[in-house]
Amino acid sequence: MTTQENPRKLVFQRWLYHEGNAYAFLSPYALMFITFILVPVFLAFLLSFTFFDTIQPPEFNGLKNYITLITEDDIFMRYVIPNTIQFAVIVGPGGYILAFLLAWMLAQLPKIPRTIFALILYSPSMTAGVAMSVVWQTLFSGDQNGYLNSLLLSYGVVQEPIQWLQSPQYLMTIMIIVVLWSSMGVGFLAMLAGILEINPELYEAGSIDGISNRFQEIIHITIPSMKPQMLFGAVMAIVSTFQAGAIGVTLSGGNPTPQYAGQLIVNHIEDFGFLRYEMGYAAAASVVLLLMVLFFSRVANRLFGSES
Amino acid sequence: MKFKNPFRYSRIHNTGSNPRGFHPSQIKFYIFLMPLTFLMLLPIVFIFSHAFKPPDELFAYPPRFLVTNPTFRNFTELFSRMSNSGIPVSRYLFNSILITLLTVVTSVLVSSTAAYALSKKRFKLKQTLFAINTIALMFVPIAVTIPRFLIIQRLGLIDSFFVHILPALAMPVGLFLVKQFIDSIPNEVIEAAQVDGASDLWIYWRIILPMIRPAVATIAILTFQAAWNNADTSTMYINNESLKTFAFYLSTLTATSAGANVVAGQGIAAAASLIMFLPNLIIFILLQSQVMSTMSHSGLK
Repeated sequence: MTTQENPRKLVFQRWLYHEGNAYAFLSPYALMFITFILVPVFLAFLLSFTFFDTIQPPEFNGLKNYITLITEDDIFMRYVIPNTIQFAVIVGPGGYILAFLLAWMLAQLPKIPRTIFALILYSPSMTAGVAMSVVWQTLFSGDQNGYLNSLLLSYGVVQEPIQWLQSPQYLMTIMIIVVLWSSMGVGFLAMLAGILEINPELYEAGSIDGISNRFQEIIHITIPSMKPQMLFGAVMAIVSTFQAGAIGVTLSGGNPTPQYAGQLIVNHIEDFGFLRYEMGYAAAASVVLLLMVLFFSRVANRLFGSES
Repeated sequence: MKFKNPFRYSRIHNTGSNPRGFHPSQIKFYIFLMPLTFLMLLPIVFIFSHAFKPPDELFAYPPRFLVTNPTFRNFTELFSRMSNSGIPVSRYLFNSILITLLTVVTSVLVSSTAAYALSKKRFKLKQTLFAINTIALMFVPIAVTIPRFLIIQRLGLIDSFFVHILPALAMPVGLFLVKQFIDSIPNEVIEAAQVDGASDLWIYWRIILPMIRPAVATIAILTFQAAWNNADTSTMYINNESLKTFAFYLSTLTATSAGANVVAGQGIAAAASLIMFLPNLIIFILLQSQVMSTMSHSGLK
């Protein structure tokens, strides 16, 4: 009997030893992950069903926040949602396709010029936010001293300086340009690495199979061989698109943006959460945002996932 | 065909992906890329040029893009300044440097230990936990600023030095990239060490860490950028001026520049922008080849 139990006990101890170590190695990360990602997401979900002004404890009010958001919040339906969709559709897929095409072109060049171009294309993405606001505010400055205004005035394109960042007409366009400019980030590098990893024999085999031009090569060989990197790039593009939402406030200098022209869902959350202290309502908007991200990631997964 | 094409060798190796040298077929890419990268580079050039402009050039009309008489005046003025609340600018910079250093080091340790467990250890929840982290790649921190604020408040982290560091450690992309990289290390290497009686800690420290230098460099860069450019933490969680970061100080300069402060602030804001930008650039240039080798393992299946 002891001879039977002993090895069993040993096996158990060894199992505990190994699993114990695994969890020990995981625990610092897991702790931070739970505290700053998992619980906040869960809490956002819970708070979205409550009325909460940070002074009184949260009060359950069912689906009221969501109903108000959809039926009564004029700003949300008239400005925030159309703006967010417009911004996300252009910056997300637009930036992503641009990143892929640029990565593909870079891959067609020898190492040294490729590295130089990659560095130039990537460097805007590391300046996100604060450091650049000085540059944009100077370049797009509304008086005749602004660089863009001065340029346009001197060529007679415009007669009067334009309030670029304060006019609802131009703010969204400038936001999109600025974000696209800085969108060659981690996803772009991943796709570049993915293209370079593809086995050259695949292209040779392709040309034997009748692939005659570079476009066919991209569609039939390059993209299918790097689906995992394409998916990673897509997820990064989606996340950075929604994360970049604060840009309108940074550029125009205030929340809400002029006539809500650059108001995205992220700014709406901030507006209600930190300026009006309607935390429950803001949480409902957060849940809508998280669902949007999830939806777009599902689409990306359909396109490049390995199950399909 | 009897005639042997003298360019045969170069055609195979200099066209298509990852060529070894120049080939005329590459010219079209240069024609497209050069103007584009030139345009993209302009704002970066502007950061450099603007920071060295003397006052008369900063406000010249018509404005000049490039500096003609470069001066360090903006920088000396920046560092001789105090913020409105009497904190010297060097204090913000010191905070930023310390916070960034600590964040990078802890983040590398925390992500790589977790990645080692998820890649090489066998345990029940392994697949599930990695799947959760992969879903969290889609996490948009800005969406949960409110619940995060409530949690940080409840944990008593408001006005604490650690609030700059702790939330930055939960970086799903970092864990993901390192884990994928460790996957490429053959199990035999670890098994051999285990046979010799090596402990997990020893294996992690002496075998895994030295082998994953590129991945370590990559999370170091990603964390560096997140920490160094972070102004939000100071805005939301810190009331004590002496614990705020340089990025925050810069954001106060630009926020007021829309109003009355525009003349006084421009030069120092430009100098501060360059100080914000330069370390990002230098570190990426130093580590870019490591980053690229990590990225080739970045696929999401």
